Amino acid sequence: MTFEHILFSIEAGVATLSLNRPEQLNSFNAQMHGEVREALKRVRQDPEVRVLLLTGEGRGFCAGQDLADRNVAPGSAAPDLGESIERFYNPLIRALRDLPLPVICAVNGVAAGAGANIPLACDLVLAARSASFIQAFCKIGLIPDSGGTWTLPRLVGMARAKALALLGDRLSAEQAQQWGLIYRVVDDADLRDEALKLARHLATQPTYGLALIKRGLNASLNNSFDEQLDLERDLQRLAGRSEDYREGVSAFMEKRTPTFKGR
Amino acid sequence: MPRTLAALPPEQGVRLITLQRPEALNALNTELLGELAAELDLAEQDADTRAVVITGSRKAFAAGADIREMAERDLVGILNDPRLAHWQRIARFGKPLIAAVNGFCLGGGCELAMHADILIAGEDARFGQPEINLGIMPGAGGTQRLLRAVGKSLAMQMVLTGEAIDARHALRAGLVSEVTQPELTVERAIAIARLIAQKAPLAVRLAKEALLKAEDTDLASGLRFERHAFTLLAGTRDRDEGIRAFQEKRRPDFTGQ
Repeated sequence: MTFEHILFSIEAGVATLSLNRPEQLNSFNAQMHGEVREALKRVRQDPEVRVLLLTGEGRGFCAGQDLADRNVAPGSAAPDLGESIERFYNPLIRALRDLPLPVICAVNGVAAGAGANIPLACDLVLAARSASFIQAFCKIGLIPDSGGTWTLPRLVGMARAKALALLGDRLSAEQAQQWGLIYRVVDDADLRDEALKLARHLATQPTYGLALIKRGLNASLNNSFDEQLDLERDLQRLAGRSEDYREGVSAFMEKRTPTFKGR
Repeated sequence: MPRTLAALPPEQGVRLITLQRPEALNALNTELLGELAAELDLAEQDADTRAVVITGSRKAFAAGADIREMAERDLVGILNDPRLAHWQRIARFGKPLIAAVNGFCLGGGCELAMHADILIAGEDARFGQPEINLGIMPGAGGTQRLLRAVGKSLAMQMVLTGEAIDARHALRAGLVSEVTQPELTVERAIAIARLIAQKAPLAVRLAKEALLKAEDTDLASGLRFERHAFTLLAGTRDRDEGIRAFQEKRRPDFTGQ
């Protein structure tokens, strides 16, 4: 499968997936969904890949659903948006969250609608200073999807989550960082380099251990304290069996830099 | 030497049976079902086996029956189906059977898992009875055991729509007793089997029988059966040992006598 709406490459353990419909601010149509799904499948199947970098081409990161791709002509029957979510958005969000490796999202410009919530399903979000987040759903009578109603209150608190979702105002990248919605803001010119630097570093780290960390932290949002302690026990049991743990300990004992294989 | 499953004792008193048809997501063809029935026969007769764990692969416990095989059977073929005897053999197994379920557990696979006494599921397990999508219906207890496990509404929904539920849903509904990290499912099932293997075998056997009785009899008959079983145990050496060990504050040493 060759890609038309995304750019996808794998190099030195880093898989880079860039949304590529710049004229439409990288908004999603069915074909782009299919291509992203295929790329994520390759990421999952390629044992060489140890980190995923998600970004967009052009001035926007992603403007969510391409409304031209959805038939809501006057007089036509009401569309079943639930089906579109079930088929396209939920699998994408689950895939990003469940990916057993770190996912970095470099938000290069405006992130609106589903495009504002997809980064929130990633692990480390960097944004260009000019980027912004817009929960645009309320402006067309919809609700935040792609996990937005779940992630927003957890990241910024209920009061701010409601303001963002009910007003649909533009949130600057800097404000998003101050609120704890994203990890870091960098100058526009540096975004790619900073994101790549982070990705290359993570590609040398104990990937399996990082995957378990991600699993544990994701689960914590729904777990009781006791459940989480049990989960930590089980995840640590798994981590302790990894080659990288062994290597990490011997490197520490021998006072040398560890060489991690990611397993 | 069976080709479609592997059996080994991972530790004292426990037997682990692993379904192995990776090319078909462990679809239960007649051969596999027959081997499983034979394997349980052996486990039944082996005094050293006190509990059995059954599992599939990380990807699939068992993804259903073998459709190709099924397509070849006409009405008469199904009436004379040798599989029925295998299923009955599995259902009659008298020692504790624990299913460690990862991944797909569908159709005949789900029915097989429900033959187990205890179900442990990995986080990403999916349970379903998709037979309806093929114009057929569950034929190895799916319509009966599912309803008893999860109640009418969910059982009807699963059987009539063919849609699967995930491990968490299965836990809430009472189909499984625990959900674990997928890499630890088998380990956890073996740990439970180990606990059971340390108990008095006769007490375990009768307790299992009494619990199964509860599924298909009225309360009064069930209570009568329970009482009889309880009384029977009074004549065992293990009962005396169990009580004495408790009084002497030491671990009991059960022999199955």
